[in-house]
Amino acid sequence: MKSASVRTRREILGASALRPDGGPKVQGSFAFSSDVWADNMLWGATLRSPHPYARIISVDISEALKIIGVESVLTAEDVPGKLTYGLIDADQPVFASGVVRYMGEPVAAVAADHPETCRRALAAIRVEYEVFEPLINPEDSISGSFPAIHPNGNLLRHQRVVCGDKDATGQIVVECEYEIGMQDQAFLGLEAALAIPDQDGLGVEMIVATQWLHEDRKQIALCLGIPENKIRLTLGGVGGAFGAREDISLQVHASLLALRTGRPIKMQYSREESFFGHVHRHPAKIWIRHHASAEGMIIKIEARMVFDGGAYASTSGAVLINAVTHIQGPYRCANAVVDGFAVRTNNPPCGAMRGFGVVQACFAHESQMDKIAIACGLSPVEVRLRNAMRIGDKLITGQPVESVAPVERCIRETDAIPLPPNMTLSPHELSIPGGSGRTADRQHIVRGVGWGVSIKNLMYSETFDDFATARCRLQDGIVTLKFATAEVGQGFVTIAPQIARSVLGVDTVFVDPTDTLIGSAGSTSASRQTWMSGGAVDGACRLVRERLFEHVASQHNIDPLQLEIDDTDIVDTLGDLRISVAQASSGVFFEETFEHHHRPTTDLDANGQGNCHVAFAFVAHRAVVDVDTELGLVKVVQIATAQDVGRALNPLSVLGQIEGGIAQGLGLAVMEEILMVDGIVKNPSFTDYLLPTALDAPDVVAVLVEEPDPQAPLGAKGVGEPPCISVTPAIAAAIRDATSRPITRVPVRPSDICF
Amino acid sequence: MNVNIVVNGINTKGDIEPRMLLVNYVREHLGLTATNIGCDTSSCGACTIHLDGESVKSCTILAVQADGGNVTTVEGLAIDGVMHPMQESFMQNHGLQCGYCTPGMVMAAISILKENPNPTEQEVRAGLEGNLCRCTGYHNIVHSVLACAGKN
Ligand code: FES
Ligand code: FES
Repeated sequence: MKSASVRTRREILGASALRPDGGPKVQGSFAFSSDVWADNMLWGATLRSPHPYARIISVDISEALKIIGVESVLTAEDVPGKLTYGLIDADQPVFASGVVRYMGEPVAAVAADHPETCRRALAAIRVEYEVFEPLINPEDSISGSFPAIHPNGNLLRHQRVVCGDKDATGQIVVECEYEIGMQDQAFLGLEAALAIPDQDGLGVEMIVATQWLHEDRKQIALCLGIPENKIRLTLGGVGGAFGAREDISLQVHASLLALRTGRPIKMQYSREESFFGHVHRHPAKIWIRHHASAEGMIIKIEARMVFDGGAYASTSGAVLINAVTHIQGPYRCANAVVDGFAVRTNNPPCGAMRGFGVVQACFAHESQMDKIAIACGLSPVEVRLRNAMRIGDKLITGQPVESVAPVERCIRETDAIPLPPNMTLSPHELSIPGGSGRTADRQHIVRGVGWGVSIKNLMYSETFDDFATARCRLQDGIVTLKFATAEVGQGFVTIAPQIARSVLGVDTVFVDPTDTLIGSAGSTSASRQTWMSGGAVDGACRLVRERLFEHVASQHNIDPLQLEIDDTDIVDTLGDLRISVAQASSGVFFEETFEHHHRPTTDLDANGQGNCHVAFAFVAHRAVVDVDTELGLVKVVQIATAQDVGRALNPLSVLGQIEGGIAQGLGLAVMEEILMVDGIVKNPSFTDYLLPTALDAPDVVAVLVEEPDPQAPLGAKGVGEPPCISVTPAIAAAIRDATSRPITRVPVRPSDICF
Repeated sequence: MNVNIVVNGINTKGDIEPRMLLVNYVREHLGLTATNIGCDTSSCGACTIHLDGESVKSCTILAVQADGGNVTTVEGLAIDGVMHPMQESFMQNHGLQCGYCTPGMVMAAISILKENPNPTEQEVRAGLEGNLCRCTGYHNIVHSVLACAGKN
């Protein structure tokens, strides 16, 4: 539905302003981090372990160093600072030392004059391994039956959530074990950076595609053993992120090589290396039992959730907390006993991906809602409406849902969207499951409809103060904004100027380069930048507006509190003064910096009780699918959705997030999975890891539910993650509806439908 | 090996390794970095350019195969600083987010309309099947192509 793309005269908040980087991006002049070059630069490359678990007996780099054009070969011995890094626990080695714990773990890095020379150098490094049986079963990590594969042990985190009456029962009891496969973020723009050493050899400058410049800088500085102020990071153009750029990938390696060789180092991953170079979405197994009344009201949830964190911690602990605290879904539930485990294995490390633990939880709770509906003879819509959370209801952590919680409205608005027409008797071959070239037989195609509704926390949790900083400068009617907020495609570069235009009544807004020359903006993740960096830009602009009002008021001898912005003018609300902002700001220079902090959160106690989250957003999805029951192929025909966005600051941009997120959720539902056998990744390529194409993307009909959140600085909730959360269970439910198969895992495979 | 390739209307020359891919010739030898690389397996279409008027994935062609040929990249579309209508349409219809797929999408889209000036939505989708986008869910991309067709 494109109705929201209203263009107003001025590109203020609420208008569907176009991306300021749209021109450069369509013309190819926008520089992605992979496009950056430097004179005299070398190329860097990484040697990775072919084994999931092995002892390193020896590493011999001598032959590699003999190759003409090779300038440096680094191993664990060459790391001058901290030997490990990580977002929460620094448990991941810069280079493996003594042991490799996953297939693809970095062992060495080389710098050479050409990528081909790098490849030959990598091949010439002799690493002798003693290969071990890998730990691949998360249950072995929990039980302790497998010897620790890491000094920190095999259990990354355990969290229990217990509330209400543990012994409560219901007339209806439904239970099942669900499984979610490992999904890859599969951003299109591969990891790339350029590291330039300072002339004095004491510091380094880096242009890099990342989600959080300041956190990268902190981790690089620790590993390099130099102060943070010796490192400057500038955001290179980012070709998508979706969580995969929250952890360090090539940053430390490139910086080390640059300092060692004294020359700029360009590093970029191939697609195959990218699959090994960043974390993935956690595969999970969730056993869950619901007790409900005969009327379908949830009485108690019991769950055991196991998340495979792979070899290193990354953000596993935080992902797990999201999972256990969201397992009730957007529904009232007074009693719960939930156990969550994030474990270490010799599988690839898992961490942040859009939805962050809630995706897995949602597949389980939504599948259960349908089971309750069937047991009680209710429709999927009715069972959800009966249980829908309202303002004041509590999570199983005891945290009340405050502010705005339009769960019921999201469901009703979605339900009101017309269903698509039935498949015709002789449909176009491209519109049937499997598409062109397949042999789907019209007679075997069955339609199904399914539902998914979700709750998602916004911002970081558990006492984390993920503040954002922004600066606003007003000079001669022109505003220049500065922030370190990573634009990864989501569109903060569009709404930041919209905020300035709204607050200050200006039209021309420039955005300075995104780098570490200003305070942190926090990560572009957790659906947080509109709220956090938006709040910071808004705050900085308001401070500048105060200065401007004081300036005008003193000139006219009036109280600055009488002044306000009307369109592009400053007006006296009690008199007749009207002066354009351009005129009023002529010759003046105001600059203000503002940090936006969200309200504090608490830790969870041993029973998982505490106000650990900042805020929540809600969304409903209804999926319509056609399934070829003979071939096991699925075509997602339509996704209807209504999303709680607070306030749509840029409706066009919000719809873009919704449509993109839905495609990713569809990927997890029916296509995307990293396949592993004994810790070996089997499909690290785009020929074998399948992404939705333009033909797979369904029709999307979206309604934006706008109830401005008074706790949000601009009334707007984050919109990035919700679209990809409940769409996956909605599609799975639609397949269940069409086929009557149990469908207890995603992605759904043809064999789940046919056999 | 020596090659002569016309790129965006300019004669270019190179003494290159026979194994050099056309995409590397364009990006590294000529410094035209608009054409992106998104995979190693000719799956993503980020590298789509026009060779002798046909859209091709430039990672699937050796530079030497393009010897004597005529290549257009997204940098060569604008005429006298005026964007190609397809570029304009992507910009106006929010046909991009991160923009990494965009140069390839624009080149593929131009070819679609060249072959079929008035495609249906489904024909546009089929025509773009070889070009992956991870950000947009394709809606605004398809919309951009249809809007451009409507204008022509
Ligand atoms: S780079 Fe992916 S198809 Fe050419
Ligand atoms: S806009 Fe990011 S891949 Fe298409």
